[in-house]
Amino acid sequence: MATDTLWVSRVSLEQRLAIDATLVAPAGSITVLLGPNGAGKSTLLKALAGIEPARVQASLGGHDLMALPAAERRAALYYLPQLGGNQAALSVHEAVLLSLKTLYPGRLSDEDLARVMAALAAMGLEALAGRRLASLSGGQYQRVAIAQALVRRPRVLMLDEPTSALDLHQQLRVLEWLRREADAGRTVLVALHDLNLAARFADHCWLLKDGRCQVAGEAEACLTAEHLERLFAVRLAVETGSDARPRIQALGL
Amino acid sequence: MSLEAVTDPAGAAMADGFRRQEARHRAWVLGGLGLLLTALAADLLLGPGSHSPGEVLRALWYPAEASPLVRITVWQIRLPTALLAILSGAGLAVAGAQMQTVLDNPLADPFTLGLASAASFGAALAVVAGISLLPLAGHLAAAGNAFVFSLLAAGMIHLLSRLRGVGLDTLVLLGIATMFTFNALLGLLQYLASPDALQQLVFWSLGSLARPSGLKLGLIAAVLMACLLLSQRLGWQLGALRLGGLQAQAMGVRVAPLRLGMLAVMALLTAVVVAAVGTIGFVGLVAPHMARLLVGEQQRHFLPLSALCGATLMCVADLASKLVVPGLVLPIGIVTALAGLPAFFLLILRRRRSL
Repeated sequence: MATDTLWVSRVSLEQRLAIDATLVAPAGSITVLLGPNGAGKSTLLKALAGIEPARVQASLGGHDLMALPAAERRAALYYLPQLGGNQAALSVHEAVLLSLKTLYPGRLSDEDLARVMAALAAMGLEALAGRRLASLSGGQYQRVAIAQALVRRPRVLMLDEPTSALDLHQQLRVLEWLRREADAGRTVLVALHDLNLAARFADHCWLLKDGRCQVAGEAEACLTAEHLERLFAVRLAVETGSDARPRIQALGL
Repeated sequence: MSLEAVTDPAGAAMADGFRRQEARHRAWVLGGLGLLLTALAADLLLGPGSHSPGEVLRALWYPAEASPLVRITVWQIRLPTALLAILSGAGLAVAGAQMQTVLDNPLADPFTLGLASAASFGAALAVVAGISLLPLAGHLAAAGNAFVFSLLAAGMIHLLSRLRGVGLDTLVLLGIATMFTFNALLGLLQYLASPDALQQLVFWSLGSLARPSGLKLGLIAAVLMACLLLSQRLGWQLGALRLGGLQAQAMGVRVAPLRLGMLAVMALLTAVVVAAVGTIGFVGLVAPHMARLLVGEQQRHFLPLSALCGATLMCVADLASKLVVPGLVLPIGIVTALAGLPAFFLLILRRRRSL
């Protein structure tokens, strides 16, 4: 999967997105999208997934993304939206099965079942498999949603604020799962709000503001006080922590 | 981390749990079928005319040997009526189930969306004013108008929603507004109608299984079968809709065309049923909820069980309409309304708690 690097060169959608710079999300690493509210992080992810009708120039593993047939593109990239709760009368394994069978419709096979169980096991959901979605906590539902993504084995996994509704423990847990996915060679693209989580897990960053890309590149080069102050219009202090990762502290407006 | 086949005990236990759940759901569907057959048998055996069960059974198996009176009762009245009850009940339930699925609203059904009121108005137009939109005469003119008007109502709701780009909740409100519109127009027609025509209108507004015919049975059966097959083909996508529109879209489901297409097909099914039996309320609303409580919303089991619940409810209602007042067959719409209203109230109250 070393070839599954995502290159984005141009994305435009009405007034909302006007990206005209080379953005790279290398395979096997976590790329974090940062930016203030309304910067276009979700819109960019949706545009890449083909949900927003944007003009996109991008390539995946050296092949033109837009030249891929719709079904193949759908299998290659998976976008996990920001989640609320869910009141559907579906059990956890049914929900994960639905994600697999919308990709490969048809009769239910033993292989399907094995794949669903493996995805559930990967997210530590063994004990919850038979529970209804409505009875899950926010963190549990987020893990189900990631299992729904994993079961499709996308080449690029895109997540929109996967930690927004979670407590500290669950936040770290979700990002540790994503780190494992990246280590296994997958391309992971994630929009985050929390700067310190981003600093801790990002290998690469795309900094977005007003639908444009401000800076993109390796995390250490992007997560500097200069770039972040301009991005969020606040005063910041960036130090280097004991793990050699940046620590970011807001000082004021 | 490996996504290959699991061999560890936890994974095996999970797979077992899933298979047990599937088996339980299948058992509920079979149980529903058993219940329907029981209700059908009771519907055939009991009713005005006081023929003994033995006589009825003999007339069913050996029509040639039965007395003409029993033969006519069984073959020309009870059996066609029971079949009409089953088919229309299943049709309304399937329409209600899929409307609830695609509109993500537990209160959606052919009635709350105004399709049934539109059909009643169409029928009244034929009965009172003699206006027929299709080149048909007599009872068929009323049925034809009912059909055309419920499709018109569905189209109108669709156009209005397109016009303003409204959300799903508003779609249901538009349906309710449509219902009030056609009810008012129906009231106007009733005010102008002759006593004779008014009598005929009762057939539409209260619902009736009284005039079964091969044409009605065949039409409902054909459309119902087509709807079930279509739903089966689209089953995974419809199920994914329940995860939320955006998530379904992320899974590659083309949400907007799927919603619209399903609504159009269900409007057709409603139109065929209402044209045949008039307006029979609450079956389309309650049956899907019974199925959902028993097997959840996985389409493979949810839809067949909804159809079975609807058919059974209608069969039991038919039985009740014959037996509650001796010597009198009540309009079936009254029976389903009286039995269904408490369930409707419960649903509203439950929904408020969950919000």
